[in-house]
Amino acid sequence: MFYLTADFGSTYTKLTAIDAEEFRILATSSAFTTIETNIMDGFYSALKKLETKLGKLHYDRILCCSSAGGGLKMVALGLVPELTAKAAKLAASSAGAKVVKTYSFEISHSEQIEIKDINPDVVLLCGGTDGGNKEVIIANARRLSEIDQDFSIIVAGNKSASYELEEILKSSGKDYVITDNVMPVFNHLNIEPAKQCIRDVFIRKIVDAKGLSEVQQMASGEIIPTPLAVMNACELLSKGTKNSPGIGELMAIDLGGATTDVYSMASGKPIAENVLVKGLPEPFSKRTVEGDLGMRYSLASLADELDMDCLGKEIGIDSQDIFQWITHCISNPDAVAATGSRELQMEEILARSAIELAVERHCGIMESAYSPMGIIFSITGKDLTEIPYIIGIGGILINNPHHEAILKGALFKPDKKNSLRPKSPKILLDKQYIFASMGLIGTLDPDLALHLMKEEININNNN
Amino acid sequence: MKRKTIVTGVIGADVHAVGNKILAYALEDAGFNVVNLGVMVSQEEFINAALETSADAIVVSSLYGHGEIDCSGLRDKCNEAGLKNIVLLVGGNLVVGKQDFADVEKRFQAMGFTKAYPPGTSVETTIEDLHQFIS
Repeated sequence: MFYLTADFGSTYTKLTAIDAEEFRILATSSAFTTIETNIMDGFYSALKKLETKLGKLHYDRILCCSSAGGGLKMVALGLVPELTAKAAKLAASSAGAKVVKTYSFEISHSEQIEIKDINPDVVLLCGGTDGGNKEVIIANARRLSEIDQDFSIIVAGNKSASYELEEILKSSGKDYVITDNVMPVFNHLNIEPAKQCIRDVFIRKIVDAKGLSEVQQMASGEIIPTPLAVMNACELLSKGTKNSPGIGELMAIDLGGATTDVYSMASGKPIAENVLVKGLPEPFSKRTVEGDLGMRYSLASLADELDMDCLGKEIGIDSQDIFQWITHCISNPDAVAATGSRELQMEEILARSAIELAVERHCGIMESAYSPMGIIFSITGKDLTEIPYIIGIGGILINNPHHEAILKGALFKPDKKNSLRPKSPKILLDKQYIFASMGLIGTLDPDLALHLMKEEININNNN
Repeated sequence: MKRKTIVTGVIGADVHAVGNKILAYALEDAGFNVVNLGVMVSQEEFINAALETSADAIVVSSLYGHGEIDCSGLRDKCNEAGLKNIVLLVGGNLVVGKQDFADVEKRFQAMGFTKAYPPGTSVETTIEDLHQFIS
């Protein structure tokens, strides 16, 4: 049995050929994604490269994922920022979407215009526990219906509002689905139904809209968003199959041109004793995506977050030179820093900083309060200090000789000890960029995918 | 008739967990839909929970003597968040030392609480009052 997987990225289309009998990856190849003309052109040129390595390819199954055309662009709406709005964002992120913005309470007129300008593919509308507040979700459904853009609406809020919501959305003429509440009971997450709906909408509507229908005809299964494939791969690697154990808790970081994605497969329970857990409980498989942190398209917003003078001093380069390189990269997203050059040094420190910020936003926070019984610590979010592995994914990391130093940006910082980042994980690399591919293979043959991933990151297959 | 929703918890840096569990159990048993936030609950957490669940009342406990500081401004924040006329009850060891409870209750009512309870109040009293205030 031979498998071929295709990942249609925003810049590159990546192919992986796998021999399922021999349990090995035959070869990988990539070519520019050609979404402007016909997406299949890029596929065929990547296939040609693969065939020059392997000879004529006969594959039994072809599986595809895509983040072409900006990926799955979403906005999420909830009621209270720390509660249903956060739950909505978690649900959308873990379905593989790029959540451009999250809104809470009744949205304003200017927010309505902002959503129109964002022009999302899908809007996730939440708010209220079951039997709880329904005014806000109903008001927001009305405001969303008024927006003159063709997006799908997934409603995952207070079930008691579903009659009214159905009426509003039916008359709006927009594509909509009503599913189970992301927070049916206070502080209990239920993101799976919303996640499933987002996947269905992606398959039903987005695949066509992004010019992927020809890909879908060729594919043996449904096309899924690439981040979802990566998430599935991480989950498989962590949990294992019924025949072979996983490697346990892990964090994975995908540093890209437009976004930085952080995945954690971990319970995130507090390591220290007598710590109070606060806030919304977070899922074992958590993904966050930072749309303002990236190495090309989002370089300007990354630079806004950084102290360039400080970074410049660290590497002995004038901050003005760093700004110049940033400006150059923004206008030339295909710019590549030469090996051993000053530019590469700048790239590395920017990449490390992006990872620092993205991981800080992903991890939980420890706070202390003084009480009559002494100092009391509380944690909001996941405690990831004892995570044993960090895996680097994505072209920027794979192609950099100092990927380990860059990934160390994720580590615990003594001067920011409230941020519960990994303290001493083993740093690993997805050398050939196979994780998305393995997420796809995992749906058909999980043992094969698990074996290949363990091999890729050099974790002994016998343990 | 729809079950009435009550948000409860121990405010501030107070970690007295036992009474909180008993109170939540008793309220549940009396037929309320109880959202128990546990211990060390901030004013904002009470309000957020009440907003999402469209609660009918907030029942605040405080047992470590700092109740007055911890509760000050809660009604104003409720009003600001749109929780108009929500029933606010408070009880426990609200203040330190031997003070006349009538004075204490006056101060809490001035802060906007519907009612304040002295130490040793039985839960039945609160439940009876809740039925009356909410209807």
